[in-house]
Amino acid sequence: MKLLDPKPEIMARQRKIIEGLRALLPQRAIIADHISLKPYETDGLSAYRQMPLAVVLPEDESQVVAIMKFCAAEGVRVIPRGAGTSLSGGALPLADAIVVGMMRMNRILEINYADRYAVVQPGVTNIAITKAVEEQKFFYAPDPSSQLACMIGGNVAMNSGGAHCLKYGVTANNLLGLRLVTLTGDVLEIGGKHADAAGYDWLGLITGSEGQLGIFSEITVRILASPEGARAMLVGFSANEIAGACVDAIISSGIIPVALEFMDRPAIHACEAFAHAGYPLDAEALLIIEVEGSEAEQTEMLGRIREICERFHPVSLRVSETAEESAAIWKGRKGAFGAVGRISPDYLCMDGTIPTSRLAEVLRRIGEMSASYGLQVANIFHAGDGNLHPLIMFDANNPESFGKAEAFGADILRLCVEAGGCLTGEHGVGIEKRDLMPTQFSAAELAQMRRVKSAFDPDWLLNPAKVFPLC
Amino acid sequence: MLNPMNETELAEEVRGATGPLLVQGRGTKASVLRPVQAAQTLSTAALTGITLYSPHELVMSARAGTTLAEIEATLAEKGQHMISEPTHLFGAGQSIGGLTATNFAGPRRVSGGALRDHVLGVRAVNGFGEALQFGGRVLKNVTGLDLSKFLTGSFGTLAVITEVTFKVLPAAEEVGTVVLRGQDTEAAVAAMSAALGSPFSVSGAAYLPATRETLLRIEDFASSVEYRCRRLSAQLGGADILDTAASQALWQDIRDCRPLPQGEALWRISTPPSAAPGILRVAETLGLEGMLDWGGGLVWLTGPADTAAHAALCRAVRQAGGVWWLLRGPEPFRAAVDVLPPEPPALAALRQRVAQAFDPRGLFNPLKLRAA
Repeated sequence: MKLLDPKPEIMARQRKIIEGLRALLPQRAIIADHISLKPYETDGLSAYRQMPLAVVLPEDESQVVAIMKFCAAEGVRVIPRGAGTSLSGGALPLADAIVVGMMRMNRILEINYADRYAVVQPGVTNIAITKAVEEQKFFYAPDPSSQLACMIGGNVAMNSGGAHCLKYGVTANNLLGLRLVTLTGDVLEIGGKHADAAGYDWLGLITGSEGQLGIFSEITVRILASPEGARAMLVGFSANEIAGACVDAIISSGIIPVALEFMDRPAIHACEAFAHAGYPLDAEALLIIEVEGSEAEQTEMLGRIREICERFHPVSLRVSETAEESAAIWKGRKGAFGAVGRISPDYLCMDGTIPTSRLAEVLRRIGEMSASYGLQVANIFHAGDGNLHPLIMFDANNPESFGKAEAFGADILRLCVEAGGCLTGEHGVGIEKRDLMPTQFSAAELAQMRRVKSAFDPDWLLNPAKVFPLC
Repeated sequence: MLNPMNETELAEEVRGATGPLLVQGRGTKASVLRPVQAAQTLSTAALTGITLYSPHELVMSARAGTTLAEIEATLAEKGQHMISEPTHLFGAGQSIGGLTATNFAGPRRVSGGALRDHVLGVRAVNGFGEALQFGGRVLKNVTGLDLSKFLTGSFGTLAVITEVTFKVLPAAEEVGTVVLRGQDTEAAVAAMSAALGSPFSVSGAAYLPATRETLLRIEDFASSVEYRCRRLSAQLGGADILDTAASQALWQDIRDCRPLPQGEALWRISTPPSAAPGILRVAETLGLEGMLDWGGGLVWLTGPADTAAHAALCRAVRQAGGVWWLLRGPEPFRAAVDVLPPEPPALAALRQRVAQAFDPRGLFNPLKLRAA
C-alpha cells in the first residue's frame, strides 16, 4: 500500500515545527527523539511502519485546540491516535505528520445513573468505562476483543463493534454526544445527554469517520443496566454448512441471542490450545451462543436453542453450568487472535461482512483460495450479523509470503462485496482496505464522501492516505 | 407535481430542475418544521415496493414510496417488526422514505434505538442528479463515511432518498405493562429511571400527567414477561399488570400521541430524562398539555401556537440540555419561529458547507430546517 510522499517544505522545516509545538505545549507533551518515537511507528497492523515527524500527547481540550490550529496554519498533517490497536492501520503515521496521541486525556468526567450516561475523555479504555459503573450494575455495551487496551476515542473513530453487538449494537448505537475539535480549532458540541439530535445526525457521520473529520476531546456514552446473568453454550457441527443452517434456524425462531459466534476447525484448534475451554476438537465448526436473564430465563432460552441445535445433529453440545465455564468459553474466543499468533507469528485479520445466508458458500471459496495461495486461514465469525474474521497466516520474514497474504486478503474482501456484503464490518478501512474502496463504491459515491470530508478538512491534513483511494 | 416512476427518472428531474424543489414522500408530514417555498414538488410516492425481505437475515429493503402499512403488514406475516416502532401520528400511509428522512421513533427507542440505528443502507439522488448508494444490506458495515446515517433525519434537504434498507427484529411473543398510579412527575421519572436501570429490559416507559399513570413495558417470551413484570411491580409498587392485548393497544396510543388533545401546535422534545419534570412545569404555566415517553427523555407538548410561549418553552428546553422539533402549527407560525434549536456559528457554517457538498444549487427543501 502506498503512503503519501512527505511534503518537502514540511520536512525542511522539521526543527522549526517542533520548536513551534514546544512553544504551545508543556515539554512532557512532546516526543521528538528517535527512540521515544519508535512505539508510535505502527499500530495493530504492524506490517506497516513509518516514523512520524513528532508525537504530541495533549492533556486537555485547549491543548488539542492549540495543536489543531498550529497544524492547520503550518500545513502539517495530523494523525489522531488512541491506544494504537487499529487492525486496519488507522493510526499509521506519515513521515511529515504529527501524531496526536490521546492517552493522557484519560479521565471519566461524569457518571449519571438516573439518565444512564457517562462523560469520558477519549483516552479512557473501553473496559474502564464498564469497570467504573459495574458496581452499580451498569455496563458499556460495545466490547471489541481489544477492550482491555483500546480507547473510547479510537472506538468512536472506527465505530468499533464486538461479540455482543448482535443485541446491543455497535459504538454508533451507544453514544449520545461528543465534543469535536476541528482543524480550524473550533470545538463543536455534537449531540448531548439525551436520545435524539435535532438537525443533521452529526454524531452518526462522525462516528466511524476514522480521524478524517476532527479529534474528539470528550465523549458521552450510554450506559446500560447489566442483565441478571449470562450463560454460554458450545455446539460443534460436522460441517460449516450445517452450523450456518443452524444459525438461520435460531434467528428464524425469533430468538436473538446476545452473542452468536462461529469458528471453523483451524480456529477451534488454535483457541483450545490457548484457552483450554473444552472446545470440541473433532468438530468442523463451532458455535458459541450466549443468552442473558435470570437463571430460569437462561435455562429456558438455552433449552429452546438446544432443541433447535439438536435438529442439526451436533457432534457435541455443552451448556456451561457456571460463570467460570462461560468465562473460559469467552477467553478462548476473545483470545482468538493471540491464539492464532501462537501457531503463526504473523497473520492478517480480515473483517468483511456478508449476508448470513451466503456463509457456507463464502467459507468454501475462502478454503479454495487458501489452497491456491498456499496460506493457512482460520475463520472466526460473528455469525448473527455476518461479520467474518478470516485470519490469514504468513511469514513476515518472507516478503513473498506477505505479498501473497495481502493478495489473499483482498480476494476475500472482493468476495464479500460480490456476495452482497462490504469490505469492513468493524475494523475500518484505514490504509489496509483503502485501495479496495472502488470495489464497493462508484466514483460518484466516493466523490460524494470526499466532498463531505473536504467540508471539514479542505486541505486534507487529517489522517491522509487512509479510507479514500489516493487520487 | 413531479412524480417520477423510478430512480432514473427522478435523477433526470433533479438534473433538469431550474429552481428549488419541495421534496416529499407521500406528503403526510407537510406540517413538520418550516413550510417550504418551491415552485415544484418532487414526490417519491410512485417509487414503491419491497425489494428485499430476508427474515432470517433480519433485513428489509423498500423503495422510498412504500407505505408503513405495507411494511408493517409484510413484517407481521413473519412475526417481525420495525425496531424503532415509528409513530403513526402521521398515519399508516407514511412512506418509508419519509420515515427515514424524519427519523421519529416510537416508545421502543428507549431500548432499541431510532431508525437511524437500524438503517443499513440508503439509495439517494444528490443535487448533481447522481444516484448513489451508501451502506448496504448487511448488519455490520463501517466502510467509508456513514452517509446513510447522515441522510437519515435530514428532512430531504441533502438528497432525495429513493430506497432504504433496514434491520428488523422478531416481534416479542408477549407484551406486559406494569402500571403505577398516583405519582407526580418527579416520582414518575424516578420510577421510570429505576425501571430502565433495572436488569429487566424495559422497552417502554411513559407517564401520562392527566391520569397520573406511569407505564412500564416488557416485551419478550411469555415466561420472561410474566417474571419481569412481577419483579418490577414488586420493586416499584405497581397497581396493575396489563396483558398482551391491553398492552398493545395502550402502547399504540402512546406511540401515536393519542392521550393528548389535538392542540393547534405540537412539540416534540428530546431531553435528559431527569430534566423532564422541569420542562413540564414550564409548559403548564404556558398553557400547554404534555406527556412523557422514553422514561422522560421524550416530552410531547400541545397547545396554542403562540410565539411568546414558544420562545419561553425553547428557553426552558435549552436550559435543560434538550432539543425540540415543532411538528405541527399554522404556516405563518412555523415560518416565524425556530422550529429546531438554533446552531452555534461554527456548526452553522459547517452545515452549510456539508449541504453544499450534497446539493450545491440548494434545490432540496430550502429553509425547511432553519431560516436563512
